[in-house]
Amino acid sequence: MLDRRTLLASGAAAGTLAAFGPRVAFAQGSGEKRLLVLVMRGATDGLSLAAPVADPAFRSLRAAWLETYANATKLDGTFRLHPSLGEVARMYGDGDALVAHAVATDYRERSHFDAQNLLESGATRPFERRDGFLNRLVGLANNGDMAAVALAPAMPLALRGDNPATTYAPSNLPQASEGLLARLPALYGDDPQLAAMWQQAQELEGLADGTEMGSLRKASDAGTLAARMLREKDGARIAMLDVPGWDTHANQARMLARGFGKLDALLGAFRKGIGPAWKDTLVLAVTEFGRTAAINGTGGTDHGTASAALLMGGGIRGGRVVADWPGLAPSQLYEGRDLRPTTSLEALVAGALAEHFGLDAEEAMRVLFPGRNNRPIAGLLV
Amino acid sequence: MTPIAIALNRFGLGYRRGDALPGEAKGWLLGQIEDYEPAPPALGDTQYTADDIRALVEQASDIQSDLRDAQEKGNGKADEIRAMRQELTREQRQRFVGDVALRARLALESDTPFMERMVHFWANHFAVSSDKDRMKALVGPHEFGAIRPHVTGNFADMLRAAALHPAMLAYLDQFRSQGPNSDAERRRQRRGGPSRGLNENLGREILELHTLGVDGGYTQEDVKELARALTGWTLQGLPYAKAAVPQPGGGAFFAYIHEPGERVILGQRYANTGADQALRILDDLAKHPSTARFIATKLARHFTGDAPPQTLVDRLAESFIDSRGDLPTLYRTLVESDEVWAAEPLKFRTPWDWSLAMLRAGGEPRLADRRFAIMLRELGQEAWTPGSPAGWDDRDASWTGANSLLRKVEAAERFAGAARLEDARELAEAMLPGSLSQTTRAIIAGAESNEMGFALLMASPEMLRR
Repeated sequence: MLDRRTLLASGAAAGTLAAFGPRVAFAQGSGEKRLLVLVMRGATDGLSLAAPVADPAFRSLRAAWLETYANATKLDGTFRLHPSLGEVARMYGDGDALVAHAVATDYRERSHFDAQNLLESGATRPFERRDGFLNRLVGLANNGDMAAVALAPAMPLALRGDNPATTYAPSNLPQASEGLLARLPALYGDDPQLAAMWQQAQELEGLADGTEMGSLRKASDAGTLAARMLREKDGARIAMLDVPGWDTHANQARMLARGFGKLDALLGAFRKGIGPAWKDTLVLAVTEFGRTAAINGTGGTDHGTASAALLMGGGIRGGRVVADWPGLAPSQLYEGRDLRPTTSLEALVAGALAEHFGLDAEEAMRVLFPGRNNRPIAGLLV
Repeated sequence: MTPIAIALNRFGLGYRRGDALPGEAKGWLLGQIEDYEPAPPALGDTQYTADDIRALVEQASDIQSDLRDAQEKGNGKADEIRAMRQELTREQRQRFVGDVALRARLALESDTPFMERMVHFWANHFAVSSDKDRMKALVGPHEFGAIRPHVTGNFADMLRAAALHPAMLAYLDQFRSQGPNSDAERRRQRRGGPSRGLNENLGREILELHTLGVDGGYTQEDVKELARALTGWTLQGLPYAKAAVPQPGGGAFFAYIHEPGERVILGQRYANTGADQALRILDDLAKHPSTARFIATKLARHFTGDAPPQTLVDRLAESFIDSRGDLPTLYRTLVESDEVWAAEPLKFRTPWDWSLAMLRAGGEPRLADRRFAIMLRELGQEAWTPGSPAGWDDRDASWTGANSLLRKVEAAERFAGAARLEDARELAEAMLPGSLSQTTRAIIAGAESNEMGFALLMASPEMLRR
């Protein structure tokens, strides 16, 4: 017997979907370029992600953790990659990954919630805007004809806004019956908002083919799901996923071994799942701010300023660390405690997205991150 | 929506099977403020005391130190102790599931659903989240012990109880914070030993999330000063803080790690009076006009949607200030405000509230504890797990993803299959008195079965919004 999910996943879905009216979110002609954005919520320690082991100040500030990097992948003469990031190291070796360091948004306080709000909204002040930069990207690229999905049970700010976007998370509930499903379009017949939500739900279910999926908490499943959403010709073109667990106030060494391990498993599964479309794919892994340069009294680090970001994908001019390295000597630290930001995260993201989607870089900066003077960074992609 | 439908759905938790409809909407709501029971019989009276939490902390600490010992001695007992730790984790998870079910049961059985909404509102305002290590068994006690007793009391008392409850002290790492000039730190400097620094987490969140709000006019220095004043506030039952003095709310004060000296916050000076120093700061923060405005905005948004009318926010803020944080006065002002009685739906139901509405309408909850917890997770709102001290976002955009709609349809059909339901057509009229659209009525009537009719009712625009 054909169940709903196999029905939707196969070609037979077209007729069923057509009955729901015009396609709203997942239109044809979305172009080939794909984007996966990973938001590392909780402030990832950039100095652990890519450790500047050749910086003498780093060696004294982080003496207790130096051992971690003894056999870690060398990124260049200064930096080594965290040893739990084996897949990233491989991409880096293939020229498909790039580390940007000493990057920060123009937020200079130390609240997770404000900083995440600013990172996602792209505003210059927290809570200034209600829509997100990824939602505005949907409107900017491919004449607004680009499907976006947050792999989350609820819509994150980055994708909220006027342009169509939706959410998806695998279900452990039993499938609803055909009879019930068939009646819902009529139930929402007078309600365009719910009608559109319902149609998107059906389309996503077909793409995800999530019957054997566990939950998004399992990193490799999350990576596989992201790949399924993006790889199909009529699939999504933008996917966003949270990778939490970075607020390492205590026991940082153990927490980061686990955190980077999960991130790496996710990226590995995604790379495998996306297949040949990797050449058209850009992956960004960003965090809201960095952490203090020194180790605190509880084997952790506290809220800081600049951190690192990862850019990956088939089109990346990778195998290099992009940084105007500020140094970590006491006089070089921001407010005497944090890695000093020398590169604008907004300019990095806008520059990468502009090159990837073939947009005018200045316009991308203006629309995605309005009110800033930074010039979008060029030359990140081949 | 009719006033009765608004009272039931926008203010309350939805119609409960078997209940007579309220005769008069406002009077019904105002009466609930008087009738609210902080500790209904179902809650029991011994389960969530300070001793109970203390035992939890001791158990976890003992296992940790035994494990360290075993690893140092290499006596082969480490695996056994790790197994004990796993068992403890399992017990705590079970307790969490039981607490979620208890929370739901209190809401399902409540005769004062408007006040249960306020319990959930305040618990979300003072959010602790179960997804942090060792928090699973503490989040229930936080709501039951620190929020419920103060829901019809004064905001200042709730602030003291909620911000300094062991669950919050654990969640925001306050128990790790130590004054840089404390006796403990001086002793360490003389003799060596592990240093613990000042931790700003709780100080920051009290100012940003619990009281003034992010634009409330405080500085980074105020955050630090509050963090210094809070040093010494810790958990009972920690092995290295045996001399800590138990405090009324279940926490403890350990003078040995308290930062000595006067503190200055928002220009106000506070002498070093030990545990009391932080309490007096909290009392002043509770009265601050920024706090009134912040609470008023959140409350207005909770009932009238993403862009609450400014008139309503102003009125609530004034009510908060004039009554010096008397919460019943604030609720009465809310009920008496015309803006909240707008006839068109103003907001989406959260998954938690939608689930409760379904269970109340279905009568006796027939979902097992574990199943209920799973359903909430699938719907995107696992109880007490907002993942951040900011709590769940209270804007529609957080709850209108397409995926959540499909999950609700699945959950409704599953529930309908397990419940002994009344006639869905009659139930619809009782749940949404005078407020059903012709379309919804017709689609329910045309369902293949009563169960399908119920699932369609739960998925209807009228039940998804309020």
